[in-house]
Amino acid sequence: MAERAAETTTETAQAAYATGGEYVQHHLGFLTYGKYPDGHWGIAHTTEDAAAMGFWSINLDTMGISLVLGVLFVWFFAKVCRGATSGVPSGVQNFVEIMVEFVQNSVKTSFTGKSDFVAPLALTVFCWILLMNLMDLIPVDIIPLAAQLIAGNEHLYFKAVPTTDVNITIGLSMGVFLLILYYSFKNKGVGGFFGEFAFQPFGVWLMPVNLIMEVPAFLAKPVSLALRLFGNLFAGEVIFLVIGLLGYWQFLLHFPWAVFHLLIIPLQAYLFMMLTIVYLNQACQHH
Amino acid sequence: MEIIFANTLLAAALIFGICGAGTAIAFGLLGGKLIESSARQPELAPRLQVQFFLVAGFVDVISIIGVGMAMYFIFVQPFSV
Repeated sequence: MAERAAETTTETAQAAYATGGEYVQHHLGFLTYGKYPDGHWGIAHTTEDAAAMGFWSINLDTMGISLVLGVLFVWFFAKVCRGATSGVPSGVQNFVEIMVEFVQNSVKTSFTGKSDFVAPLALTVFCWILLMNLMDLIPVDIIPLAAQLIAGNEHLYFKAVPTTDVNITIGLSMGVFLLILYYSFKNKGVGGFFGEFAFQPFGVWLMPVNLIMEVPAFLAKPVSLALRLFGNLFAGEVIFLVIGLLGYWQFLLHFPWAVFHLLIIPLQAYLFMMLTIVYLNQACQHH
Repeated sequence: MEIIFANTLLAAALIFGICGAGTAIAFGLLGGKLIESSARQPELAPRLQVQFFLVAGFVDVISIIGVGMAMYFIFVQPFSV
């Protein structure tokens, strides 16, 4: 009897898990457009379809939302800057000034070289990632449900938070990596750039050891930059989804997790910006 | 199928536990040092806080990647064929 009771509880637990797992899995899927194995192009209907597409696919949802947010940021800042007055500033002008000054101070303290490019880059990176991360605070079901209603297809995947897509974060960090390469070659020359790998920290005679130590450390920069942002946001999103499975108890738990997440969201945007500045500073230094 | 799932959960639990332990030690040291140095030189506190958050990002990167991977293993189940 006891055995049977135990069996039924495990069965119900498994059944509940299966639906809960499906819920979470469904919310981790993307709206993928790509080339099917049989050659025609279209939107993937299942995650298996999306996986089978391989390289020739693009996540329409994360691309779309990130582009919309980027355009929103540029439009808003440009609009406020055009209307800026030297008199008593309005609320939005104050906000923009605070953001710009905050980024400017960070660049001043961390970037020792001279460049007109780093501060605008840092501002763009910070505000864009902040906006993308803030999508995480919208309740997890609202945007997917709205997308399903608009498309009239209840199995549609739609991901609201672009930074929980590893493609977006790796794209961002690859951009930074290319800039690091550009500034390294520009400021140090080819010899100086490769000399940093070969002749530091132990001198010429231990060149293999130097290479083994320095090359992975250099290549780890973009990977860790991308995966830090992705990992934080992905873990946070999954925990929101798991809390969403709890029925009415979720209202109790969503609040503290959202408050904790309010710390993570600007912190990750700030870290990405700071590390971009620090890496570019390293690239610009002479030895 | 079940054995794969059970082992995945065990692995995820190990990842969570070890990541948590490592990050806890690191943040304990880091926060302690921050408070200590702020107490010694209070005028440096704002600059130290910036450095603190920077190092905090370095400290938690591996563990948060681990946690993300563990979540992925649990919910997406890439090993169950």
